[in-house]
Amino acid sequence: MVVFDKPHALADVPMHYCPGCLHGVVHRLVAEVIDELGIEGRTIGIAPVGCSVMAYNYFNCDMIEAAHGRAPAVATGVKRSDPENNIVFTYQGDGDLASIGMAETVHSAARNENITVIFINNAIYGMTGGQMAPTSLPGQVTQTSPYGRDVNHCGYPIRVCEMLSELEGPEYLERVTVNNVKNIKNAKKAIKKAFQNQIDGKGFSLVEVVSSCPTNWGMTPVDALKWIDDNMLPYYPLGVYKDRSASKEEA
Amino acid sequence: MADKVLMKGNEAIAEAAILAGCRHYFGYPITPQTEIAAYMAKKMPKIGGCFLQAESEIAAINMVYGVASTGKRVMTSSSSPGISLKGEGLSYMAGSDLPALVVNVQRGGPGLGGIQPSQSDYFQATKGGAHGDFHMIVLAPASVQEMAELTVKGFELADKYRMTSMILADGTMGQMMEPVELDFDVKERPATPWATTGTKMEREHNIVNSLSLVAEELERLNFERYERYKAVEENEAMYEEFMTEDADIIVAAFGIASRVSKNAIVEARKQGIKAGLIRPITLWPFPKAPFEKAAKTAKAFISVELSMGQMIEDVKLATGCKVPVTLCNRAGGMIPSPEQVLEAIIEADKLGGAK
Repeated sequence: MVVFDKPHALADVPMHYCPGCLHGVVHRLVAEVIDELGIEGRTIGIAPVGCSVMAYNYFNCDMIEAAHGRAPAVATGVKRSDPENNIVFTYQGDGDLASIGMAETVHSAARNENITVIFINNAIYGMTGGQMAPTSLPGQVTQTSPYGRDVNHCGYPIRVCEMLSELEGPEYLERVTVNNVKNIKNAKKAIKKAFQNQIDGKGFSLVEVVSSCPTNWGMTPVDALKWIDDNMLPYYPLGVYKDRSASKEEA
Repeated sequence: MADKVLMKGNEAIAEAAILAGCRHYFGYPITPQTEIAAYMAKKMPKIGGCFLQAESEIAAINMVYGVASTGKRVMTSSSSPGISLKGEGLSYMAGSDLPALVVNVQRGGPGLGGIQPSQSDYFQATKGGAHGDFHMIVLAPASVQEMAELTVKGFELADKYRMTSMILADGTMGQMMEPVELDFDVKERPATPWATTGTKMEREHNIVNSLSLVAEELERLNFERYERYKAVEENEAMYEEFMTEDADIIVAAFGIASRVSKNAIVEARKQGIKAGLIRPITLWPFPKAPFEKAAKTAKAFISVELSMGQMIEDVKLATGCKVPVTLCNRAGGMIPSPEQVLEAIIEADKLGGAK
């Protein structure tokens, strides 16, 4: 009896992520969901620029690597090339989605583009070596905020789910984290819902995953998980920020 | 023969694209090409196609990137400042070897420039247009009929070589009306086994990508791409010759400049000067052969351009600097008059020794 196996949608190759990085966990959750929904053969994933730039090697579905921040625009093209059949997801970090690609994020949400967006928020640019991100916390020390993020100088971190929830467009916005087993289970539920929404034609579904970066935060993986609880979640509260279909049912 | 219809150049491009099987258009408003978007907005929903006004030129070209990844015919159009914004996407499409059609109805620059006709994006279009080693196939129509024909040709060449084709028109070509015959024999498309259309669980996954972190591998991809470009240069150069057989003075001009130049050449011949025209139809690949040939007998060349002199560099290269090449130009949205070109022909006739 197999009690634990690799999801079929997850490629059996070594990943380049740092020890303690949570990308591997979220990749696995996405792959499990693709397996469970039986959609691998019609799924096209869009990888961003950032740490998950090589995600195209890690999923067994068709994959496209997009320019920095443009994944939702590329996803729009892919979805609209065959809206009946294509299941399209983007997998983006905070610099990609909330800084250089903010216009693409907001407008694909406003159009209620029928795609699934997995947004990894770890409050730092990982791939380039730990610079300040649009989601870096006030006071957070990074390579480009060596004295701590000074909000008077460079402004405040952006809460993406809250911001997008003001739009009429999007179907579903939820913030989760993956720093313990209970939270991982919740995250999977949210990711599954975000894909199911697309299958059901409901529209733009974004799951923000509050994540860590032990390497660039300068912490052990265990300390980084704790830092999520102590510092990230107070600024980025978990929860559902929009669920239009559920709200309609209630009403 | 099919009936002729009176159309604007921009509309002819849009209709020809639809006839060529393009069912996806993404764009952002900018003068003087917005008729293309307006035409697509009207037509696409009625034929099961997709017109979408993007939030930016950058988003539009990346939507094109998405559809192109799935192997379907797709296009965008813009004008000079908008094409600069699309530069990122053009480079990525070249790096991922994706076919698509991009239309640039040029206006005067640099910067926001003006909205009158220009040819000052020649360098941008023919020398790459963004970062990295790459080329686009660049087609320069000189009539509304050619706006339509080269649109179909552009799609076919893009598919054949997995490249971006660019229609490099100008405001005049986009805005003027002429009778057009829309009767095309559209070739069957090559198969797209590389496209990301879903594995259907029947094949290994396809990846559309321009990232390659191993230098040796990236070098190999560049060399392979340029092998394909070499085939384009050898097989696809297009041009028109007008009164060149015995010409002492050769005018080089494309688009609207070529039409002005024809008038000047006819007038020059009346005055006893043997002038002729070579009109490049493909700007990349640049049609070197007729220039090489003419350089053996002509006394001088004149590059007539709506720019500060860009194509003149390719004319000099193609003629091997064997004879003088002069520039006859207007810029910033102005068009040379036939009188100005005639004057340049008379001046050029005084240059160079007898051949």
